[in-house]
Formats: sequence, C-alpha cells, structure tokens
Amino acid sequence: MTVPEQSSSPLPMIRFNGVTKTYDAGRPAVDDLTMDIDCGEITVFVGPSGCGKTTSLRMINRMVEPTSGTILLDGQDVSQQKASELRRSMGYVMQSSGLMPHRSVIDNIATVPRLNGVPRTEARARARELLDVVGLASELGRRYPGQLSGGQQQRVGVARALAADPPVLLMDEPFSAVDPVVRAELQEELLRLQRDLAKTIVFVTHDIDEATILGDKVAVFAVGGRLAQFAAPEEILRAPVDDFVAGFVGRDRGFRHLSFQEGRHVTVHPIETIEVEQLGDPTVSVLSPWTLLVDADGRPHGWVPQATRSSITTQAEAVPGGSLYTRGDTLRRALDAALSSPSGLGVTVDDDGRAIGVVRAAEVFDLIESARVDRGRADHNTAV
Amino acid sequence: MDYSSSNLFVQMGEWLSDPTNWSGARGIPMRVLEHLGYVGLTMLIACAIAVPLGMYVGHTGRGRVLIVSGIGILRALPTLGMVFLFALLFYRGVLPSVWALVLLAVPPVLSGVYAGISSVNRTVVDAARSMGLTEAQILFRVEVPNGLHVMIGGVRAGILQVVATATVVAYAKADGLGVFLVEGTQINDNGRLFGGAVVIAVLAIAVDGLMALIQKFAISPGLRATPPPAGSSEESGRQEAVASAQGGTT
Repeated sequence: MTVPEQSSSPLPMIRFNGVTKTYDAGRPAVDDLTMDIDCGEITVFVGPSGCGKTTSLRMINRMVEPTSGTILLDGQDVSQQKASELRRSMGYVMQSSGLMPHRSVIDNIATVPRLNGVPRTEARARARELLDVVGLASELGRRYPGQLSGGQQQRVGVARALAADPPVLLMDEPFSAVDPVVRAELQEELLRLQRDLAKTIVFVTHDIDEATILGDKVAVFAVGGRLAQFAAPEEILRAPVDDFVAGFVGRDRGFRHLSFQEGRHVTVHPIETIEVEQLGDPTVSVLSPWTLLVDADGRPHGWVPQATRSSITTQAEAVPGGSLYTRGDTLRRALDAALSSPSGLGVTVDDDGRAIGVVRAAEVFDLIESARVDRGRADHNTAV
Repeated sequence: MDYSSSNLFVQMGEWLSDPTNWSGARGIPMRVLEHLGYVGLTMLIACAIAVPLGMYVGHTGRGRVLIVSGIGILRALPTLGMVFLFALLFYRGVLPSVWALVLLAVPPVLSGVYAGISSVNRTVVDAARSMGLTEAQILFRVEVPNGLHVMIGGVRAGILQVVATATVVAYAKADGLGVFLVEGTQINDNGRLFGGAVVIAVLAIAVDGLMALIQKFAISPGLRATPPPAGSSEESGRQEAVASAQGGTT
C-alpha cells in the first residue's frame, strides 16, 4: 500500500519519491515515503505523535530537508528552488496561529503579498476581502492578534495563508488548539472554502475523526515514519489494511463508517404530533405512546408520552428530544437520531427543520446489513 | 569659594546657585555638554560593537556560551583601572577614557540585544520562516520589532552606567562633570564635590527618563496593549528569562 499505483491522470501536485528523514543517526522520522498528492484535493496526514506526519509536511516547503529522496512540486524538485520563494508559493497554517504580535491583523494577512512586492494599499485591500472570506468582521482588521480569541486567530491564520492565492496550502494541526465547538465550525468553514477555492491542501492532524471529516484522501502514518495506508477515508474505516490502522481508527470505526453511507433509503414513518398551543387544553388527548411536540411552524420541541399527557401543560414540561435527522443525511445521523431519542424514534426533519416523521433504529440496521451484503457480492475478496 | 555655613547641604546649595558656576568654559552647562559628548561617543562605539553581535547570537543561537562568559569577564573589569591602563598604554587624551567606558557599556547592551532577540516567541519566528521570509527579513521585521523593548532596555542600562561613570574621564583629561569631583576632592571644596555629584545624578535621571519615553513609544501598540495570554506557562517562563536578563543589566 505504500506504493500508489500510477494513475493515468495528469501529474500529481506533490510527489514524495522515496523520502527518508533521519535525525542524528537515530531511527528514521520518515521512512522511505512514496506517495502522490492530487491537485485540488484535501489530503490528510494522520497518525500518533512521533509518526513523522508533521516532518513529512514540513519537508514539502523545505522547513525540514530530507536525508534522502526527492519531493516534486508540480513536477519540479523542491530542493532545486530557493527556500524562501518556494515557501511563498504555498500557504502555511500552524497549530498556534503564529501571527506576528506587533502587526495589525490586516498587515499580518498582507505579509506574503508585501514580500512579493504588491503595493501596500493593494495588499491591504485584498487582506480586507480575505477577512470576509474567512468569516471575520472587517473591524477586526485594525486589531492586533493579542486582542483576538483563539478561533479568530486561526481564521486570520487561514486568511494569511490564502493571501497570495497559492495553489497549495499546508496546514499543521491548525484546529487542535481550539475548543471542540469552534473546531467543528472551522472544519465546516474549511470545507466550504475548499468548495470555492479547490486548493491542494495537505492537512496534518492526530484526530482520526477530523481526518475522515475533511480528507478526500487520508494517509495513516505509523510510528517510525511508515505510511501504513493511503486511501479514501471511507475505505480506511471499512477496510483498514493492518492491525495498526485498525487500532488507530479505533473501536468506533464501524459506527464512524456509517458517515459514508447515504441514508436516502431509510423509511420515514409518519408520527402523531401535538402543537405547543394545544398542550394547555386538556381536551386534546394523544393516542400514541409517544407524541411529537411541534410549534406552529412544525419544528420539533420534544416528546409527550401518553402516560403523563395530563401533567404536561407547557413546552418546558415535555420530554427533551434526541438529535435530529435531516432527510437524506448519512446512516450515522439516522441511527444516532433513533438511539438518542427517548421514544426510540429518530425525529426526521426536512431542510427547513420541519418535522416530517420518524426513523427506527432496527430499519437503519437492516439497511446497513443489506448494504454490507451488496458490497460483499460486488467485491468477493473483501472480508465483510 | 567661601560658604556662609559649614553645613554640607548649605554649601552644596550655594555652589549650585552661584551664577558664576553656570557660565563659561568651566561652568556647569559646558561640563554637561562635554559629559554628554563622552556618553554619546561611548554609546555609539558600544552599540556598533554590541548590537550586531547581539543580533547575530540572538538570531542564530551560535556563540551563546562565548558571549555570556565574555559579558561576565567585561563586567568584572574596574573601569577606573582601565582608564589608567589605556592612558598609560597609549596617550593622554579622550580616547583611552572612552575605550574604558566602552568596555563598561558593552555588557548591558550586548545582553539586552541578545536577550531581546532570543526572547521572541519561536513559534512566531517559525511561522515567519514558513511563510517565506528570508533570515534577514525575519531578524529585522519580526525579531527586532518584537524584542525591541528588551533591546532598548539594555541600551538604557548601558547609558545609565556610562553617565554615572564618565566622571572618570576627568582623571585622564580635565573634562566633563567629573572635573567637579576631582577638583572638589583636591581643594577640599565640599560644595563643589557634592554639587557636582548632584548634577551627575540629575543628568542620569533625565537621560534615563528620556530613554524610558523612547522605549515606550518605539514598540508596536500590539505589544503594548496585549496582556500575556492567561495560563500560558511557556509565555510566563519566557518573560521570567527576559526579566532576569534585564535585571542583570541594571
């Protein structure tokens, strides 16, 4: 698996060719790495600490020089290019934002264009546009990095990396120092940006979840700098190539893999509903064991059990619901909606958030099972 | 000079308020100018040596042990002894004294510049390098602006020492504010002796105040306005190191 088959597609954006990095006669940090990184895709390097993923990333822009082997960027050997110019041709985002504390946010973003000789006013105007692109208010441009939150600093870091419009972005654990909520936001944002920009992104993380969410391709590194598996995230979760990868992707990989299974065929059952306004009226009774509470717009707000109907007169007294399943989303979301619901029924909503019915865990399982059987038939030699 | 009292402070007051002491080539203003001239010349030479050296060592980390021990040795040298040594070795005049003062000024400037450059957050430097700044650009656009506060602190400490110590020039050549001290001792004129000492002290405080202002306004508002991020132990460790470097220079 360490040698990717030659594809007929045009040259890869980045090619590692037998790259090894050894520090001071110790064990190699990166061991004979050969891989192709395709243009316009997000390739994620993932692995435990000490697996050489960051070293591999930093060899692309010559922040680390390989002991042997070559790295080609767009067909050109990077070691033949002037380091500072090579680095300016790639955006770089790191874990701590690494913003220059003595410069305003705008001037931080404008750094690389200024180095490339773009006039100050032009570089600043472009920087202001980029603030908008990464979802920051333009007033923040006048501030200094120390006056921003961690999440805002990371956004500025991304804007700075994009400023010279480089074809390649290198991202070294860019979201690992922010809290989980902000991290999820930033991940969403990155995917949204990537849909518009289609950069070649190399992204390093130690978080397999982040890798499977972001990556078009995921490279799993093992300790000792060995590339253990390089494949689409769906394949890594479904068919880890060895015990190391299986262990690394974790016990939940079966569940996680459901993220890659479409839920189009999940049966949505109708459900009895009661409106918030009707709760106070004792004459409105409910017939099902569990009735869904909705507002005037049809949005779900919890459950009303038949047994305790009479004691529930306001929305606050209803039983809180589980996660919501948006119709057409993945099987993972469908199953989670059903499992997290107090009624065992996963509330399904349309794109506007209106309740349209419920899904049942057992039926989701049936779909998972039939998909597995189909795959087994299509791919005889895969252990399923 | 005749004093109305034998009280030291009264004599000092009378000497300082005597208009004849405030004019002419031997008056206080002229001596202050001469004194500042020596300080300026000394600091110019000291900075010309110490600033590039400190920047080089701070940026590359090479020769750290060498300059730290070198600074220690220089600090141990008695300046007055050096004045006589240079005067005996070379000739009587200004330069032997100035070289002795340079030996005094180099350690604080060198350690300030070195500490300032090396105190800059390595993550910021690494980010700058990753973005494609050349080493010179990293030094002058990132390390110097961010380490400027500590660097100026070193220069400030050096100036303060030189202003106070430039009195030794008077031993080799009758020049500068040290003249009042030498003369005061020789002719047993306490008003002159202590009056001269007060002038030196006031001058030192004034120059230091000016440097404090420069230090305050030379650094970016981004560095002034920012409180260090809470809970960042790396940050506080770094500041302790800087504080000890600064403490060592004063």
